[in-house]
Amino acid sequence: MEIVRSQRRNGSDGSGSSASLPLYKSAPSLEFRLEEFGQYAIDRLRVLQAISDGLSRGKKPEEMENLVSEQWRANMKHQDADKTLRKDIISHFVLRLVYCREEEMRRWFLSMETALFRYRFRLQNAEAQKSIMNELQLQYNVLGNAEYETIKDKLTEAARSVNFTSNPEAVFYKVPFEDVPELVASRRVFILKGFAFVPRNQVVSLVCTIFRSNISKALALTNRKWRAMIQDQEKDRIAPMVEALGNVYLGPDYSKPKDCAEISLKDINQLASTSFPLCMRHLFGKLREDHHLKHQGRMQLGLFLKGVGLKLEDALAFWRAEFSQKVGAERFDKEYAYSIRHNYGKEGKRTDYTPYSCQKIIMSTPSTGDHHGCPYRHFSEENLRAALNKMGVGGRAMDDIMDKVRNRHYQLACTLTFEATHGTSCETGINHPNQYFVESRKFFESKNKHSQPTA
Amino acid sequence: MTKEKEEHREDPMQIDSNRVPTGSLLTDYLRIYYGKFFPYTDMFKWLAYGNDGKHPGCDSSYFGRREFSFTIKSDRDEVYLRFQSFFNASEMETSIKAKCPTKIDIGAVYTVDPAKRHAYAQSGFNPIERELVFDIDISDYDDVRYCCSGADTCLNCWPLMTIAIKVIDTALREDFGFSHILWVYSGRRGVHCWVCDSRARRLSKEQRSAIADYFHVYKGGENSLKKVTFAGPLHPFLARAYTDVLKNEFEKWVSTQKLFEHEERFHKILQLIPDESVVSELAEKWQGNSVRWEHLKHMLQSGSKKTQGLRRCIEEIVFSYTYPRLDIQVTKGMNHLLKAPFCVHPGTGRICIPIDPKKCEEFDPTSVPTVAQLIEELNANASIGADNYVEKTSLAASVHLFRTCFLEPLIKTCKDELENAYNTKIQQTKDSLNW
Repeated sequence: MEIVRSQRRNGSDGSGSSASLPLYKSAPSLEFRLEEFGQYAIDRLRVLQAISDGLSRGKKPEEMENLVSEQWRANMKHQDADKTLRKDIISHFVLRLVYCREEEMRRWFLSMETALFRYRFRLQNAEAQKSIMNELQLQYNVLGNAEYETIKDKLTEAARSVNFTSNPEAVFYKVPFEDVPELVASRRVFILKGFAFVPRNQVVSLVCTIFRSNISKALALTNRKWRAMIQDQEKDRIAPMVEALGNVYLGPDYSKPKDCAEISLKDINQLASTSFPLCMRHLFGKLREDHHLKHQGRMQLGLFLKGVGLKLEDALAFWRAEFSQKVGAERFDKEYAYSIRHNYGKEGKRTDYTPYSCQKIIMSTPSTGDHHGCPYRHFSEENLRAALNKMGVGGRAMDDIMDKVRNRHYQLACTLTFEATHGTSCETGINHPNQYFVESRKFFESKNKHSQPTA
Repeated sequence: MTKEKEEHREDPMQIDSNRVPTGSLLTDYLRIYYGKFFPYTDMFKWLAYGNDGKHPGCDSSYFGRREFSFTIKSDRDEVYLRFQSFFNASEMETSIKAKCPTKIDIGAVYTVDPAKRHAYAQSGFNPIERELVFDIDISDYDDVRYCCSGADTCLNCWPLMTIAIKVIDTALREDFGFSHILWVYSGRRGVHCWVCDSRARRLSKEQRSAIADYFHVYKGGENSLKKVTFAGPLHPFLARAYTDVLKNEFEKWVSTQKLFEHEERFHKILQLIPDESVVSELAEKWQGNSVRWEHLKHMLQSGSKKTQGLRRCIEEIVFSYTYPRLDIQVTKGMNHLLKAPFCVHPGTGRICIPIDPKKCEEFDPTSVPTVAQLIEELNANASIGADNYVEKTSLAASVHLFRTCFLEPLIKTCKDELENAYNTKIQQTKDSLNW
């Protein structure tokens, strides 16, 4: 493994970093104080959370670049570049410890760190980028002139389809398509006979894939080490801090409904019309109408209901009552009951699945016959207006919501819907369907309390 | 068009080749089909990918690590057996003949024999190889075809499947560089595609996802109006699909589905135009019976309207109607089970035969042999004392196609790869001995 020594002599951390953007290849042999442990981690977490937020609001890459730049400056940057680098490295490795412990946490951390890396990389100059690529031992081959001439037209065609006014790029890299899945998926590059032709400005994707893969492996390793020895060794010193840090920003995952929040089947219709967010109302409605939902729809609604407090037996009865009207009770028992139990962690590898957050739902893409996904994103304006009308939204509120939708702020639109249908403001903003439900119930609970006659 | 029922000395069963067999009749037919027709050796050769034990570089455990699943129907019940595996062709044959499944699915190749998975830790049992697969169903096009709906298909709407094969097959070969591609009729209303190059089999979930997304153009559930949107010039893949296939096919579609002769049909097309003034102008002029499609094209292409979103409107309309609609989840997963070729479709009795992509326009789903028909042919051959009874039935052509267009080139490549890998290993051992 190549280790590139930092330009400054007194920053030899051996973690394989270039002057300003480290790759976090191995834990640094630095000394630092316990207070720095917690504080640095929290500062970095603020940056990661801001990124998470920005992504779920569908911010464009340029906006994300600005966001990352600002957040980094606000939370991580120090006058002395060495100190910044030190904090960067320490905070990353501390958070690795915190987020290696559960699969959901690993996934989130991996995604946010990769995003952070992506935008920081884009902000580097060409030379810095080149040196990072060298460190990653990228086996990219620059496209030779002869071959370039034969496919020049297609390269231009592809570039124009991405960015209509792009000037012809001179340097291309010929890479197996397997190495750049994101570029292939979004049709941002020309591919021929299994090779993708990546313009230099797209090399970011290549680099990020490798970065992501390295961090992913590292997380798995850290997890094993944590369980095997660190957790025990450090139970009086670091372990409590790690636990605390793990609860800081993720927010409740709603997998275990709290405070007698169990609901029963007879309430479900009423609750659907007063307290379900639009995405779940839609799924619920379609289920009642068609007596069927496709797989992703079942997952999205089913896990939501679990988070809302529907017990397994009730869930089975509920789905059965609907599905048996279409496919018959027997087929339901055979084909669908299993996966419901699976969602509750009673089958297979017994994972207790968590209900989907807004971010996850927004990113999914429904297709023919599907009803999952975020309606604010996928419904046509007409259909969305109609659906919101049915919820009792109109007038000024409707316009505000549509405005948010047009600007792709889907969660803000949902928050405004909540405010319009409950007649109250929602300070925290909606980022999870179960949060919508919980807030809604809280509102109605307190309303009932106040309207009850005093003894 | 009923065929006469014939009675034979050898087989007292009366065959009506137009009736779709069910229940115990289906089981009887399947028994004969699996007894005489199902091409076990060819299927084994395919799925062994050269690991047939003949070459020292073979992995003899390879075939046994493949998951199969059987659906077995009896009068009262339907049983679904997963994680079936077989050590070799003869074990597979014995098992299929004994169980007579109504459906056989092929899954992934795992790290260990699926039947023994419980002996390994959770983390020890994982899929490691799997063909890249595609599943296209004509019922996903119900909103654009007016001759049939649901599970039905006819020669008027089947061209949608032909289009899908052409577009995807070309892209798989030209863009992705794959060459061992098998297209199979799914037996009723669609087609499956199996990409069997070793590069394809080793793709990760993420890479499969990327390929699925590359093909994903038609997006959005029933509540979004416009499922295809092109903001600017088309990517070379889409441009090629349009110029070589979709443009002309749409012209034909306009005519066979009479898209512009019925108001609710052309109304749907008008809904895809994001400019009110264009729409109302057209709607007004179309009160009479004019050449509407030409008129629409002319209007949108003339460039006289500068509205945002009109530049690619024609392409958007054409793609909305004709571009392949894949079941994305089938392609993305590594252990999704897909029906095996040469199965009998229980709903239609038809055999899931291969389709030659180079001649896919000639494929006629209404004349695919049925199991009843094959058995009748078999009996007819037997009664005239012909040799090689099966080879003289309608299935022979399909088996021949499978072998010549797909299996033989595939096996050659596999053997070459095995040979190379083996030689490299030998060389490395030799090198390490030199000091």
